[in-house]
Amino acid sequence: MVISQLKYVLIFAVSVLLQVLLFNNIVIAKVLSPYIYILFIVLLPFDIPKALMLILAVTLGLTMDLFTNTPGVHASATLLIGFARPLILKLITTRETLESFSTPRVGNMGFHWFATYVSILVVIHHFFLFFLEAFTFDGFFITLLRIILSSALSVILIVLSQFLIFRR
Amino acid sequence: MKNLFKLLYRYHVIFLFVLLQTLTLTMVVTYNSYQRATFFDSSNFFSGTLFDKFSSYTQIFEIRPVNIRMAEENAILRTALNQLLIKSSHGNYKAADSIYLPRIAKDSVQKALFRFTTARVINNSINQQHNFITLNKGRKDGVKPDMGVIANGQVVGLVTNVSENFSTVISLLNSKWKISAKIKRNDYFGSLSWNGKDYRRVQLNEMPYHVPVQNGDTVVTTGYSSSFPEGLTIGTVSDFSIGTGSNFYKIEVMLAADFKNLVVVGLIENKQLNEIKQLESQNKYGN
Repeated sequence: MVISQLKYVLIFAVSVLLQVLLFNNIVIAKVLSPYIYILFIVLLPFDIPKALMLILAVTLGLTMDLFTNTPGVHASATLLIGFARPLILKLITTRETLESFSTPRVGNMGFHWFATYVSILVVIHHFFLFFLEAFTFDGFFITLLRIILSSALSVILIVLSQFLIFRR
Repeated sequence: MKNLFKLLYRYHVIFLFVLLQTLTLTMVVTYNSYQRATFFDSSNFFSGTLFDKFSSYTQIFEIRPVNIRMAEENAILRTALNQLLIKSSHGNYKAADSIYLPRIAKDSVQKALFRFTTARVINNSINQQHNFITLNKGRKDGVKPDMGVIANGQVVGLVTNVSENFSTVISLLNSKWKISAKIKRNDYFGSLSWNGKDYRRVQLNEMPYHVPVQNGDTVVTTGYSSSFPEGLTIGTVSDFSIGTGSNFYKIEVMLAADFKNLVVVGLIENKQLNEIKQLESQNKYGN
């Protein structure tokens, strides 16, 4: 039990550090800025209490805000996907599958399921985040373009990371 | 009462979500209306130390070009200092650690005394709408809010928050910051800000039609902001057009400073800033 909790502390730290030190410095063609730190929320076990999930999501967001000088922006977006995750799981998974596996991993759930699951979370998160960050609907289509391209890159990176690091 | 608790328990997740979302959105909104966040800021000890340690490794690769640039800058400054010392050797000799900018020294009305220090950039972004820079110097090194930040004599930003060991700078690439700027050739001024689209271009607004503008015109600071001396380079005019239905030009300014590659920056302190601010605040509340 303690070991599995430690594992999630480690995933939290790695996600935040990767984002802050590596991916926040990457800007490709002025529009691509991937946010992969929500990997932490993606990987949380299925049976986690919903209230705890919300608190963890807000903590993750506030940690990011601390590094990017954006009070509340990341926290608000992560909170939203923390709230939405149980609903999404209900939508794309049957109760039996949720009971037979404990964690959302590529190995358990298959590539197709995992990619769908990550895509939905990433798109909701990015959509909310980018508009909250811009804080205006001026230049709607540029923001929309940033959301689409950045989401695509984030999904690819998160799914790839499953094959590279977080195997178990 | 019992029913109330039952209801609260039954929908506790939704209540918690609404409560937390209200809190975070309040943070976003208050931050957007007031320029400065006090707590959530990368000058805090936690993230400041992390950025400081990390950048000291990654910047090793950038040190060589920086050294060359600084050597060049030193040479230019030494020449300028030399000329100033010759000029001022008749009578009013100035202390070696303070420099009267030539342009200002000539202008006896605006005799502001500026002091320069340097700091290392430990975190910087260009990919957001509101970009900030974190520096490795803070209150104990004499950094104060409202100090101007330059790189190679070109405007970069303005110090907003200062902690004991670190400080954050609102970058010119932050759509919330405006600075007054003028065309060097004819002294017409406007307001310079960033529209959040291209990290190499900012926009000069409020420039009326009758002003002669050309591509390639140099855009410099006006000295109205009291954080920057007059005549510091910002960039050059790269494109201009007449906006539809407005009386002003839309002018695109290509930035002189390379924001993607900031390692060492200069900090400008206006020693009379407090006096100026005090005087200006009397106008606001005096009558």
